[in-house]
Amino acid sequence: MFRTFLRGAIAVAASALVFTSTAQAVDTTPGPDSDKQFFPIASYRVGPYAASGASIWAGIIDYYRYINEVEGGINGVPIVWQECETEWTAEKGIECYERFKRGLNGAPIAAYFPNGAPAAYALSDRAADDKIPLVTMAYGRTEATDGRVFPYIFPVMVTFYSEASAIVNYIAEREGGFDKLKGKKIATVYHDSAYGRETLDPLALFAEKYGFENIQIPVPDPGSEQSSQWRQVREQKPDWVFLRTWGVSTPVAIKSAQRFGFPVDRIIGDVWASSEEDVIPAGDAAKGYLALTPYPAGADFEIHKRLKQHIIDTGKSDLRDAKAFGSVYYNSGLVNAVISVEVVRQAQAKFGNRPITGEEGQWALEHLKLDDAALEKAGFLGLVQNLQLTPADHEGGGAVRVQQWTGENWHLVSDWVQADRAALRPLIDAKSAAYAKEHGITPRDIGTN
Amino acid sequence: MSEINLPAAAEPVDSIGLKALGAAAAVGLLLAAPFLASEYWINAIIVPFLILSLAGLGLNLLTGYAGQLSLGAGAFMMVGAYATFSLQLRVPDLPLPLALVVAGLIAGAVGLAFGIPSTRIKGFYLIVSTLAAQFFFEWLFLKFPWFYNGNSSATIALSRGLSFFGLEANGPHGRYYLTLGIVALLTLLSLNLIRGQTGRNWMAIRDMDTAAAVIGVPVFRAKLQAFAVSSFILGIAGALWAFAYLGSASVQSFGLTRSYQILFIIIIGGLGTIRGAYLGAAFVSLLPLALDWLFQHLFSGHVDAGLLQNIQKAIFGILIIWFLIKEPEGLARLLGLRRAQGARRRLFPS
Repeated sequence: MFRTFLRGAIAVAASALVFTSTAQAVDTTPGPDSDKQFFPIASYRVGPYAASGASIWAGIIDYYRYINEVEGGINGVPIVWQECETEWTAEKGIECYERFKRGLNGAPIAAYFPNGAPAAYALSDRAADDKIPLVTMAYGRTEATDGRVFPYIFPVMVTFYSEASAIVNYIAEREGGFDKLKGKKIATVYHDSAYGRETLDPLALFAEKYGFENIQIPVPDPGSEQSSQWRQVREQKPDWVFLRTWGVSTPVAIKSAQRFGFPVDRIIGDVWASSEEDVIPAGDAAKGYLALTPYPAGADFEIHKRLKQHIIDTGKSDLRDAKAFGSVYYNSGLVNAVISVEVVRQAQAKFGNRPITGEEGQWALEHLKLDDAALEKAGFLGLVQNLQLTPADHEGGGAVRVQQWTGENWHLVSDWVQADRAALRPLIDAKSAAYAKEHGITPRDIGTN
Repeated sequence: MSEINLPAAAEPVDSIGLKALGAAAAVGLLLAAPFLASEYWINAIIVPFLILSLAGLGLNLLTGYAGQLSLGAGAFMMVGAYATFSLQLRVPDLPLPLALVVAGLIAGAVGLAFGIPSTRIKGFYLIVSTLAAQFFFEWLFLKFPWFYNGNSSATIALSRGLSFFGLEANGPHGRYYLTLGIVALLTLLSLNLIRGQTGRNWMAIRDMDTAAAVIGVPVFRAKLQAFAVSSFILGIAGALWAFAYLGSASVQSFGLTRSYQILFIIIIGGLGTIRGAYLGAAFVSLLPLALDWLFQHLFSGHVDAGLLQNIQKAIFGILIIWFLIKEPEGLARLLGLRRAQGARRRLFPS
């Protein structure tokens, strides 16, 4: 028996010699739905983040349903979708990706939204091998903005670097100009994790550029006790606090700030500390809290009127709690969905009005352009910023809006605040060059595109 | 003295032939699997199943055979993964298989260090000591950027992918054969270990360490051996998990839930059996997928998706409890695969 085993092992080694991998686009499995476009939804309905998830998936599904039933599909191509549970983990996320990468019953996928940082990191090499673009909205690798090194990863809209730059620009706006930043103190209270540390470099850069004092205060995970951090804030007396926490650490931070007498309307939360779920647990302490977001809350945008008429009022919505209509997470679902739909539309303009494959989706993402006219047509003006992606720039936007919590709902207090992306680019290029060097990647030549 | 019923000294010839045939068929099937199964099956089901089995095997040597309870499986896997990453990055001349072995040895040394308290403490107290390893390494690998080469996402990925001796193993076939080869070799190693003096020492300690010491088993050495060998295997399993399955990993990939998962694998599969690790891994990794598939086909679109996911979790939990009530000694016993060996399979010495 063992000898057989041993022989087996030798045979394994021998046969491994035979197989080498080559990067090849995966084929879509044939099936009856080959005239449709497939959008997988990598959702998390169980696990620690399930509470925020439900509204996201409802937003996505409501929008797809609206496109199918009211607009008759994307230029006539109907959408099919299917959910897969990731529990916000890498291994389940990989399983979902592998399940869906060849499409569903013949309907191909144009882009994959991993909806979770662990899965997004784990999938980056696989997706490039399979030639399927990964879209990570407001999270993921910042340096993937550099499309020369990361042709198949798209941190669309806003990266953590852009977020840091936008907040400096917003504070300058509130203070009355960049020259007023000199001598001001901006403290960043951040979750001590990879996510939290992302803004250290860009803030150091802008502190030097504008002459404000850059104070960094880490909060160890999970951040359910922050007295020492906020005591530090009180001692240093910063003019503004940039709050980069997430999950339970956000309401705890807001409450601790109140306890230590720091004014809540001088705290600006980041993308992942900007939802109803972040402020409601903090109760009255959160009244006046500011937060930046690429998908603001609100149910008065044009798309909401259309959805209300065709989906919500007709009882077709996936939303279980009607109050969540227009919440930050519901709107983020809508924004995710509209990007996926617009990618297909962009590709159809070049390849024809038919279902789009991953390779075509990658081309479309690199040439995605959403201006005011396109956004108005889609009903997303004000909810989605103008986007223009290029093969070298996979972010394409870099703007956020600032909203303020009134105690009952979010109220927009700024227009789009644009990040200083030109200043960030050298930092990003250095990071992507280091990645390319570590992984032996020769950056793609995009001169002719 | 007229008639003594001697047990058959050797098995009948045709039975041996059948066994050999069966083994050959199994090996053939394993080798041909990539051509029979779809890419989804290999990438998303078979490879993680094999790696989890290997991790279960590693922990089973320590907990199932030597009777030392441990919640540090995730930590030792983490050490293996980060060591492999560092070796591949900083010693580029070292081929991958050797890097895996060295990473395993590093994990083994770490396991040895965290196993020292086991000479003084037992049972639940030992769990606390191994739990310390879990928290310590999560902190260590996140605190010092050197360990993840200072990249902004704090994740590790092999710089040259899975390649050895000029061969690429990045495709599904490459990953599968690499994993299968390593799992087969280490299973063989474990089988031989537990059937030899080392394994007998471990089992003697598990059953009653005082008695073992009295009959001359070197308790201190054997316990440390168990920690080292177990961590060696876990370290290699961790490296495979990070690079042959996930592709890139971070400390979260080897968190406390991973340690629990590995412990559940061996408890469900059967403590103190080699097969148990495989059965347990199959239960933990395949059953949720099967449930998901079943529910997707039966109820999709009719029942709220969130409710559906939570019901699956509940059913999975109920099945675990049911199996353990039905057979507390695990699937290996339940399925009647374990040969009666006379040896007692109890975790705590009485």
